[in-house]
Amino acid sequence: MKKETCACCEMVSHSEKTIRELAELAWTLRIDIVDMIHTAGSGHPGGSLSAAEIVTALIFHHLNIDPKNPQMPNRDRFLLSKGHAAPLLYAALARRGFFLVDELKTLRRLDSRLQGHPDRLKTPGVEMTSGVLGHGVAIGVGLALAARLDDARWKVYVLVGDGEIQAGVIWEGALMASKYRLGNLTVILDFNNVQLDGPVHEIMPIQPVAEKWRSFGWHVTEIDGHDMRKVLNALDITDNIHDQPKTIIAHTTKGKGVSYMENQARWHGRAPNDEEYAQAVEELTEGRNLCRS
Amino acid sequence: MQKLESMRVAYGKALAEYGAVNPDVVVLDADVSASTQTHFFASRFPNRFFNLGVAEAGMVDVAVGLALAGKIPFANTFAFLIALRAAEQVRTCVAYARTNVKLGAGYAGLSDSKDGPTHHSICDLAVMRSMPNIAVVVATDAVGVQKMVPVVAEWDGPVYLRISRAEVPVIFNEDHEVKIGKGAVLRDGSDVSLIGTGVMVSRCLEAAEQLKKGGVSARVIEMHTLKPLDHELILQAARETGAIATAEEHSIIGGLGEAVAGCLAERYPVPLRRVGIKDTFAETGSYFELLDRYGMGVNDIILAAKELIGQRR
Repeated sequence: MKKETCACCEMVSHSEKTIRELAELAWTLRIDIVDMIHTAGSGHPGGSLSAAEIVTALIFHHLNIDPKNPQMPNRDRFLLSKGHAAPLLYAALARRGFFLVDELKTLRRLDSRLQGHPDRLKTPGVEMTSGVLGHGVAIGVGLALAARLDDARWKVYVLVGDGEIQAGVIWEGALMASKYRLGNLTVILDFNNVQLDGPVHEIMPIQPVAEKWRSFGWHVTEIDGHDMRKVLNALDITDNIHDQPKTIIAHTTKGKGVSYMENQARWHGRAPNDEEYAQAVEELTEGRNLCRS
Repeated sequence: MQKLESMRVAYGKALAEYGAVNPDVVVLDADVSASTQTHFFASRFPNRFFNLGVAEAGMVDVAVGLALAGKIPFANTFAFLIALRAAEQVRTCVAYARTNVKLGAGYAGLSDSKDGPTHHSICDLAVMRSMPNIAVVVATDAVGVQKMVPVVAEWDGPVYLRISRAEVPVIFNEDHEVKIGKGAVLRDGSDVSLIGTGVMVSRCLEAAEQLKKGGVSARVIEMHTLKPLDHELILQAARETGAIATAEEHSIIGGLGEAVAGCLAERYPVPLRRVGIKDTFAETGSYFELLDRYGMGVNDIILAAKELIGQRR
């Protein structure tokens, strides 16, 4: 999909068509997600649905990646640090052409390349094994340092969850990225405000989260993480900041698009039954149709 | 008296030397480069050295990122911090994800003797041995560690390299060659086999010399690799000498002794004694004193060997 340069501000602006197509794609991935989790009988719908626009923007538009050559040396690196959103990543990779969409139905099955959590050795396009929370920022630091050592232009993007940043090692990574002024590293926070056991502000408050990242030396942008235009713009804006690491705080809704899942901690990690599944698909299809109009 | 040489200095110098040969090697430390001796590398290759502060878990993850991009990272700190504090990083992101990270586990065993049990590392081998995909190597002496650095770097996959802080007896000369997964018979014998790892190899040699005076012919085997374990060499020793004593600077739970016991029990059971720390924390003291006090003296090996003589298969 093409980028057009806006002459007045020299910022890259995205055509309405691009934005609409990507927004619609995010809803298609949402349908894939509930499909996969329903078929598998387990998985994590809430945090997969919340990050659909972010991952769509990255995999289908922003990242320099090639499904025909997943190991292309100069590719951008995307780490799904919140590895439980694996269904979202798999759906995106499949629809981007890394493997057949038909394979999505094998999620969590014995012999499947689509493990319950991402496995870099099994799935084309999966940059790093994840699933245990907290690793992505520091691993991203290592990748970004390697790119710098090689004078390479590829960039590193890390998607973290809001509950995830309660892990201390996230902040070890934050200190390190700041020390080395890693302008080639962007962390995107999927701030859906619900974690496994309940609302984030009840389990372990993280606010004021923007101030935390800023005080660690990071550039911070805050956006509505379901607004595709804003997601795309935020990625472009942060790419133009080269002297410090960047965080995009994306405000999202856990379980986005499925009414009974939205903002519900109980839908962090359970599969819909047949009836719930049918309703989810109906609602998500409606959501996708709204993008089209 | 044998010549003593610092294992950590040998490691630090070897790393810096190998850094000149292999530009992919990068070195990380967690604020202990003056201790682990990675400062040799740091001053020679400042761009390829990353001091990440008191953040061991984060350091291992950074090493993982560097490895994903094709670098050969050596992540260094004290053994117990790598094996215990950063254990989950090692399990998930190094072992399971099979990233080419080299863990430089310094100050191992009781070698940071005077800092006491907080700094001793007596259960790291048990943890590391239990993780799939990762080679577990214990350096024997200064020459051994120096020879091991390039081998570890060129090994295809993660390695846990255990290094002593101490000045330990030098038993090898420059012709010494090492290969991961291969033990070495340092002294032949027919009555009993002494299988040692790390600094205990030199103590096994000493014990064998003294046993000889009492008419006992002891074979001494250097087992620097705990995983993949050299089963063939162990079984050969079992068949030919009929009894085995192991010696390690580690708890007798989960280390060399249990690795050898597992091999023997399944394939060729012979009487076995495990010399090591008997499931206890040690205390502050000078290094060799501590080894003697906590069951790792030359006499402990001799005693074990003598007990075994009467029970040989």
